[in-house]
Amino acid sequence: MSGKPKLHYFNGRGRMESIRWLLAAAGVEFEECFLETKDDLTKLQKDGSLLFQQVPMVEIDGMKMVQTRAILSYIAAKYNLYGKDLKERALIDMYVEGLLDLNELLMAHVAQPADKKEQHLATIVDKATNRYFPAFEKVLKDHGQEFLVGNRLSKADVQLLETILMAEEYKADILAKFPLLQSFKARISNIPTIKKFLQPGSQRKPPLQEKDLPKVMKIFY
Amino acid sequence: MAGKPKLYYFNGRGKMESIRWLLAAAGVEFEEEFLETREQYEKLLQGGSLLFQQVPMVEIDGMKMVQTRAILSYIAAKYNLYGKDLKERALIDMYVGGTDDLMGFILIFPFLSAEDKEKQRAVIVQKATSRYFPVYEKVLKDHGQDFLVGNQFSWADVHLLEAILMVEEKKSDVLSGFPQLQAFKTRISNIPKIKKFLEPGSLRKPVPDDKYVETVRRVLRMYHDIKAN
Repeated sequence: MSGKPKLHYFNGRGRMESIRWLLAAAGVEFEECFLETKDDLTKLQKDGSLLFQQVPMVEIDGMKMVQTRAILSYIAAKYNLYGKDLKERALIDMYVEGLLDLNELLMAHVAQPADKKEQHLATIVDKATNRYFPAFEKVLKDHGQEFLVGNRLSKADVQLLETILMAEEYKADILAKFPLLQSFKARISNIPTIKKFLQPGSQRKPPLQEKDLPKVMKIFY
Repeated sequence: MAGKPKLYYFNGRGKMESIRWLLAAAGVEFEEEFLETREQYEKLLQGGSLLFQQVPMVEIDGMKMVQTRAILSYIAAKYNLYGKDLKERALIDMYVGGTDDLMGFILIFPFLSAEDKEKQRAVIVQKATSRYFPVYEKVLKDHGQDFLVGNQFSWADVHLLEAILMVEEKKSDVLSGFPQLQAFKTRISNIPKIKKFLEPGSLRKPVPDDKYVETVRRVLRMYHDIKAN
């Protein structure tokens, strides 16, 4: 049954946010079905919709896809955001995998116990500014092009923008030492489909607040 | 520069093992440089060889590739182990995602305290038998074919065999409720390139021991306690 992709997740960023970004960047409209309670998750599990009993799950092109990376790769390939050949795909994959590692770190912050939060924030800033951002600053510097790979918008650019914006939520001047990433951020944010996604009223989700954490935990645990 | 791929990692399984498996399944000979000392690692870092300062790193086709999944996807695509179209690739990616999650529980095992190891062993077996193995058992039962996807040998089959063997090392009869997986295990193990990889003297690495853990901690200066999630 063709139609818009349908996303099954809770009403928050988590692991689904990268998928929302990519669909939006590709100009693909999508629907969302939000899990509010554990029963919502159990229902999906019981009707066989979740291959490994987990969300994210995206109904797309007759498939019920699970596994974030699998979904991202499918969307990227389908909508020509995956480079032109195997080598470009290798670069895109490397960059995205690194960014997803940083994303995991960012996502973990809200659930840190109070006495570990400060140290965790320091780790986030350290990894972002000493490990990940320098790598991408160098990529852009070395080839001088507008996009990370193959002089063309790809999944890697979308993921880098998403991650930059999330990191800035933790430290507003986190890009201070990275002039090329600053201009990258401005440039990619101005791409019409992305600009639209960044405006209020889009399906982009806000950061999870600590007060909302118990509700989310109840769904999954 | 054409030549054999060269793997940079510790002399042990870790995240590199799936790459060794896939190269072997594809019939690709490879070389290895083992990290034994901190100095070796720092030399790699200073030389700019490690994009995110991490291993695994594989020199292949003129690239210094990092990030395990990126490396595996590249090898799978290059050697025709990634299905014939986008939808088959989607299935392979989904299945590999599952076995990757399962093997993730085993990856941290050697680094856990003795007490946590026993708990983790139970977690591994529980996840394998209640979440992951039933899925692959059903996939094989539903289509009745020899391979997981598209009636053709793929990365998904290699990864599943690797996962099965690793779980069996934690509980030898773990496949007892899964007849399709038992037959799958025998069938895939008998594929000549895989059979060769399973024989002594191959580049397959043994179950990680204390020496391996010590090497990793020393080279990465990773001395904190590791807890299961």
